[in-house]
Amino acid sequence: MASAPSHAAASAAPPELRHHFVDLAAQKEASSLGMWIFLVTEVLFFGGMFTAYAIYRETYRAAFEGASNLLDLRLGAFNTVVLILSSLTMALAVWAGQQGRRRLIVLFLLLTMALGATFLGVKVVEYKQKFDRHEVPGPHYVIPLDEETHQPLPRQSEMFFSLYFCMTGLHAAHMIIGIGLLTWLVARARRGEFTVRYNTPVDLVGLYWHFVDIVWIFLFPLLYLLGRHTL
Amino acid sequence: MSEHSKGHSSLGAYFGVFATLMVLTGVTVWAAYQHLGIWNTPVALGIATTKAVLVALIFMHLRSSPRLTALVVGSSVLFLAILIFITASDYFTRSWLPIYGR
Repeated sequence: MASAPSHAAASAAPPELRHHFVDLAAQKEASSLGMWIFLVTEVLFFGGMFTAYAIYRETYRAAFEGASNLLDLRLGAFNTVVLILSSLTMALAVWAGQQGRRRLIVLFLLLTMALGATFLGVKVVEYKQKFDRHEVPGPHYVIPLDEETHQPLPRQSEMFFSLYFCMTGLHAAHMIIGIGLLTWLVARARRGEFTVRYNTPVDLVGLYWHFVDIVWIFLFPLLYLLGRHTL
Repeated sequence: MSEHSKGHSSLGAYFGVFATLMVLTGVTVWAAYQHLGIWNTPVALGIATTKAVLVALIFMHLRSSPRLTALVVGSSVLFLAILIFITASDYFTRSWLPIYGR
C-alpha cells in the first residue's frame, strides 16, 4: 500500500467495506488481484488448446491450411470488429462506474451485452453452415474439397474442425457466461449500487470481458487466416 | 506502488486504442493474403500480440495497476511459454530418432 489509512476514515467504515480490509482501496486491490489470478488460470486453460492447435497445425500443415480456408472470413472479421467494439463499450462502462454515473453504466453495459449477443448470433450462423456442409467432426463428416484445386483435403482436415469447434465453443461458453455476468451487473447498477466509492464488480467483469476479447484476438488469425496466402 | 488513476483522462486513450485495434485487424487480414513464406504466421501472431498488449495495458488498466498485478500477468506468459516449449520440444524432436512408436 502506498500509505497507511487514516484512523478517521477507518472509524467511519463505509457499508461496502468488509471488516478484514483496512480501507476500500485495499479491498479493491485484493479483488482485482484475485480476478487477475483467475485470468492466469484461464490463460493456461486456453493455452492447452492453443498448444494442441500449434502441434497439429505444424504436423498436418496442408490439411489445416485447406480446412481453414473453408471458414467464412467475412463473418470472422465481422465478429472481430463486433468484439473489439464490445471491449470499448465495456471499458466505457467501467469508466462510467468510476464516476458513479448510473444511467451511463447501464447504457454501456447494455451495449456490451447487445454486441456480445451479436457475436454469438453470427457464431450460430457459422456453426449451422458447418453442420449443413457435413464439416462437423464425427460419423457424418464428409471430407471437404479444397477451395482452389477442388481435390479432397487430407483426412486430418477433420482434426482442424475438431479444434475449431473446441476452441470457438469454449470461447463462446465464456461469452455466454460474460453476458450472464453483465445481466447481473445491469440489475445492480439500476438499483444504484455502484458509486464513485464502490464499483469493483463492474471493474472485475470488465477484466473478464477484455480477457475473452484477447482470446478471440488470437483465435481469429489462427483459425480464419492461416491458409489464405495459399489461395 | 503506483497511484490509481481515477480514469478521467483515459477516455481519449480508449478511443485511440479502439481505432488502433481496428487498423491492426485490417492489417492482419491484408497480411494473410501476402506471400510471406515462413513469415505469415509470425506476422499474424505479432499483430495479435500487439493487440492483446494494447487491450491489457489500456482497457484492463494494467498500465496503472500495482506492480504485483504485472508480476501475476507476467507469470501467466511464462507458464504458457513453458507449456508450449516443453510440449513442442517433445513432438518436434520425435522424428530425430529411428525408433518405432516415436
